[in-house]
Amino acid sequence: MNSAMEQNLQVAKDAPIRAADVKWTRKYRPYLVLAPSLLLTIGVLYPFFMAIYYSLTNFSFKQPTYTFIGFENYVNMFSDPSFWHGTLVTTEYAILSTGFELLLGIGIAMLLNMQNWFSKVMRMVLVFPLMIAPVIATLIWQLMTNPSVGVIAHYLRIIGLGGFKWGASPHSALFSVVIIDVWVYTPFVILLVLAGLQSLPKSPFEAAELDGGSQWFTFKNLTLPLLMPFIMIALIFRLMLSTQEFEIIFALTNGGPGDTLMSLSLMSYNQGFLNMNFGSALTYMIFLWVIVYIVSQFLVNYWMKAQKKASGM
Amino acid sequence: MRTVWTASRIVLLVLYAIFALFPILWMLVISFKSDSQMFNTIWIFKPTLQNYKQVLGASGYLGFFLNNIIVSAGAVLLSIVVGVPAAYALARFNFKGRENLAFTFLSFQFAPALLIVLPLFIIYQQIGLYDSYFGLIWVYQLITLPLLIWVLRGYFEDISVEIEYAAQLDGYSWWRVFVKMLLPLIGPGLVAAGLLSFIFAWNNFTFPLMLANNNVETVTVASLNFIASDTVHYGQMAAASTISVLPEIILALSIQRYLVRGLSFGAVKG
Repeated sequence: MNSAMEQNLQVAKDAPIRAADVKWTRKYRPYLVLAPSLLLTIGVLYPFFMAIYYSLTNFSFKQPTYTFIGFENYVNMFSDPSFWHGTLVTTEYAILSTGFELLLGIGIAMLLNMQNWFSKVMRMVLVFPLMIAPVIATLIWQLMTNPSVGVIAHYLRIIGLGGFKWGASPHSALFSVVIIDVWVYTPFVILLVLAGLQSLPKSPFEAAELDGGSQWFTFKNLTLPLLMPFIMIALIFRLMLSTQEFEIIFALTNGGPGDTLMSLSLMSYNQGFLNMNFGSALTYMIFLWVIVYIVSQFLVNYWMKAQKKASGM
Repeated sequence: MRTVWTASRIVLLVLYAIFALFPILWMLVISFKSDSQMFNTIWIFKPTLQNYKQVLGASGYLGFFLNNIIVSAGAVLLSIVVGVPAAYALARFNFKGRENLAFTFLSFQFAPALLIVLPLFIIYQQIGLYDSYFGLIWVYQLITLPLLIWVLRGYFEDISVEIEYAAQLDGYSWWRVFVKMLLPLIGPGLVAAGLLSFIFAWNNFTFPLMLANNNVETVTVASLNFIASDTVHYGQMAAASTISVLPEIILALSIQRYLVRGLSFGAVKG
């Protein structure tokens, strides 16, 4: 629809009606129509530039004035061992939760891709966790794993695993937050992959069946490459958003026990709202944003390649 | 062979369904238990509405619930007003930087929320938007606007341009065509995208945690108070969670048909 024909039609239609202003309208109308949403966006983008500026100052609510201190906050951050620990926690959290969500989500979507009442009902109810606020989800899991009233804790005791401490132990804290993340966000991957499965062309699959290819062969050489763009979108969204995950960790363990789950988001929140050092709190987030930006550019390029490959088949 | 495959398919799906649905079911069960029944994990008990009475009556939870509705609905309405024209422009017009602009909207999803919220906290304190409805509604655009634009763009692209041209040739103004023809055509998408972004706004925790206080506290933030208090009333915690989840489950069921489409970010055509 972006063809030359459309433009000709547009000219043909515009010309007799408003001959004088046609050029002006044609050229600027898209920008005019986009202006309100851009304005709203700039209102939110302004703090983004303030963030960069504040990160170069010692802004703090503890003192009335602040001064420009250059890269001191950044130097302090990079020379702080707890920052590198935070980076490690953030990376572990993002990779583990995204990995499980993709594996589980793709698997369940493949299982759901049938036209019968059972699949239809399942599709309807399996998305429920995605609708629940991550904080509420964390509360629910806390209720279930609570040593005195928790139902999961109860059943684990019956099978002899009563000692499992969930968020209370440094050994299982990461597992606990990742399982909540997986619970909430796997439906997101399921929905995306299902959307992909429903858009697949029929003919290559019929051809593959005629050729007698095994199910695994069809999956590996046909389904997976065609699904790749959808899987990539799921990967990009989950990876980028889980690196910033704040709510689940905050609600379950508040970064603990000790500093086990002190991710970059938690560190930034504590610096800003507990220690009142806003300048230094922002350096963590700018570091995270730069990393996320670089990784997402890389992944988006890969996504476009996957899309070209899928549509070329 | 085929029956074995179908059977194992069903078994695997049921296993995942237990994982996905059991927590919600358990929350519901606990919310009807009295404190004395709480400490045995049995399923058969005499249900009580005491927890709901406590939560809705004494704790001011209803006010937080209302706050959440005002803020989320306000954000969605504002997004619709500015987002529908934006989605139309990105779908219809061929202009310089179109794809870049479209991707810019989407990329706001990837900006760390705290990066925006920390300076906003300072700015809001200075200009008096801290702990105000409008302050929260404004920042919620970060969630609702990109979603709305990307879902609606796909819907607009599906409408044939010729319909528009035909109507315009019949003498209708561009605005009339937009309101009388295009809006009804994208109606289902608009409803789905609106409700979906409502759900995501409703679920947000970080923005109200840092940019709101007593005035506009939302249910997600208020729910945490149930752990922070000295004596934990698990029944009330579950009742509060159930109440906050209820509108979302109802919305999810009502937009079921569009959900796959809505979350595919315009990737599914036709």
